[in-house]
Amino acid sequence: MKLAVCINHVPDTAAKISISADGKNIEKTGVTYVLNPYDEFAIEECLRLKEKYTGEVIAISLGGDAHKETLRKALAMGVDKAVLLKDENARDSFAVAFGIAEYLKEISPDVIFFGKQSVDFDDAAVGTMVAEMLNLPSVSVAVKLEISNNSVKVEREIEGGKEIVEVTLPAVFTAQKGLNEPRYPALKGIMAAKSKPIEERILTSVDSKTEVIKMYKPHSKNAGKIVGTDVSAVSELVRLLREEAKVI
Amino acid sequence: MKILAFAEQRDNKLKKSAFEVVRTARIIADMSGADVVALLIGNQIRGLAGELGGFGAQKVITVEDQKLEKYSSTAYAKIIAEVAKKEQADIIFLPATAIGKDCAPRVAVKLDAGLASDCTALKIENGELIATRPIYASKLLTDVKINSHVKIFTLRPKVFPTGNSSGSSSNIESLNIALSDVDFASHVKEINQASGKLDVAEADIIVSGGRGLKGPENFNLIEELASVVGAATGASRAAVDAGWRPHSEQIGQTGKTVSPTLYFAVGISGAIQHLAGMSSSKYIVAINKDKDAPIFQVADYGIVADAIEVLPALTQELKKLLGK
Ligand SMILES: Cc1cc2nc3c(=O)[nH]c(=O)nc-3n(C[C@H](O)[C@H](O)[C@H](O)COP(=O)(O)OP(=O)(O)OC[C@H]3O[C@@H](n4cnc5c(N)ncnc54)[C@H](O)[C@@H]3O)c2cc1C
Ligand SMILES: Nc1ncnc2c1ncn2[C@@H]1O[C@H](COP(=O)(O)O)[C@@H](O)[C@H]1O
Repeated sequence: MKLAVCINHVPDTAAKISISADGKNIEKTGVTYVLNPYDEFAIEECLRLKEKYTGEVIAISLGGDAHKETLRKALAMGVDKAVLLKDENARDSFAVAFGIAEYLKEISPDVIFFGKQSVDFDDAAVGTMVAEMLNLPSVSVAVKLEISNNSVKVEREIEGGKEIVEVTLPAVFTAQKGLNEPRYPALKGIMAAKSKPIEERILTSVDSKTEVIKMYKPHSKNAGKIVGTDVSAVSELVRLLREEAKVI
Repeated sequence: MKILAFAEQRDNKLKKSAFEVVRTARIIADMSGADVVALLIGNQIRGLAGELGGFGAQKVITVEDQKLEKYSSTAYAKIIAEVAKKEQADIIFLPATAIGKDCAPRVAVKLDAGLASDCTALKIENGELIATRPIYASKLLTDVKINSHVKIFTLRPKVFPTGNSSGSSSNIESLNIALSDVDFASHVKEINQASGKLDVAEADIIVSGGRGLKGPENFNLIEELASVVGAATGASRAAVDAGWRPHSEQIGQTGKTVSPTLYFAVGISGAIQHLAGMSSSKYIVAINKDKDAPIFQVADYGIVADAIEVLPALTQELKKLLGK
């Protein structure tokens, strides 16, 4: 089974984010970047499928040289091969999906995994866009996956429950927390990953279709009112909810 | 200009987001002189079309097929894209729900269109539609515009107002779109509804508990408060990871994004990843015994005290008020 997993390199969610001078980007210096958390579930699922069905796991990231760090993390977790689709320009989901799809057309995997969303722009779009570009079935926000022969039964989260979606391979999936417990790379894996090659490719790209006009901090709410410091505050709280906020 | 508004239904009931999307389309259309066409997809859903006129759709297109009883990513995308082409829609609105988020990227590719996901505000500036969306776990907002000819936006549920129905009617047109088996390459086989519980993503009020509740047994205090005010119950990741609550209740970056009218954060510190999922709530009440907990920075009202003591008293007080 040929498994591809697409991974992104994003600021740690705990990082303090500030806006750069042009007002359209974030200030990158001083920010710790990590493997996108959802993509860890995607890598783990591919590794488990490989362990079960044998095959090869290829990690793919589109971006600048900095993305190599994230590809090394994937190698340390156990993927067989890492590919950097080199592109120093920031691009929107459509353009990223286009680049990834071009490469996937060359290697024709049976299973293509993504995370459900990048925690930078929170688009939740690249995986399903790639599926459409490759004319493949897809299931997004997967929390459980069962393969029998070529047919895959996937549970995905929806409002108030779960949907069971059926597709046949080759297919695209996007991983949600709950799908599995990602492994920690063993020291041996980390050491080995340092010397493994990362293949670099430059592919045709398309321009972004969306454009950032500006970035800004949300209005910080006026720090709220502390209604009280013991149980006796509840009647005042209820009064405020009814009379001031009018929500009860 | 024409706006196509995808009106979501499940189980042959219109979702609240359907009214939000149609109404928002109307508001934008009024500012820019556009027409609004709503689209309903499903099996025997024509009866739902009438309601949408009152929220601003001049025309409602219905596409029905037995095979559309349940959601299909591939079939929905094909239908939406074909209707958009036929209607020459410039702008497409979908809700940022499980369905909307899943099929919007496909529609974008089919129409070679840019996509702005999970928008929380829209405005027109110099004749262009600008969307505001939260990024970096809601630490920042960004205003974006789309430069392709067709522009697609998904709207975060419960952020845009539905307004009241004007009672107007609209033209209803049923459209046949030929669908073969390949169009159902991704299709839902079954739906497991979580035991009739109100889901956090759809609730007007949410009562959430975190690690400060000390153990699963104290969540009955959360449930009692929730039942008195007709709220859904939510949880922080710490409470979910500890196995106290199901993942379906988790709110935040790795859980659900919610925008209720009222959000109670009880024994929740207010970590950035939790705030990412709930900071667009209209009113936030925090109950936490640590006065320096970051949740108080986003809360409208706070009580600095032991939640185990405050919850029963609050439930009691609300029971009295609501006559329950
Ligand atoms: C990539 C990533 C994704 C994440 N995604 C999410 C997510 O989706 N959702 C999420 O919630 N978190 C998420 N987290 C975790 C997040 O960082 C926090 O760890 C988590 O939200 C903490 O949960 P908590 O507030 O319940 O617990 P704590 O941070 O431990 O806070 C407990 C609070 O309870 C208060 N308390 C204690 N006892 C009492 C009492 N008797 N009465 C009243 N108050 C009391 C304490 O003062 C404290 O403020 C994520 C983290 C990462 C790294
Ligand atoms: N630059 C990238 N390179 C490789 N994969 C990516 C990239 N950007 C996004 N992805 C994948 O697409 C998923 C969804 O991203 P997004 O649509 O940006 O929220 C992520 O979880 C990754 O799996």
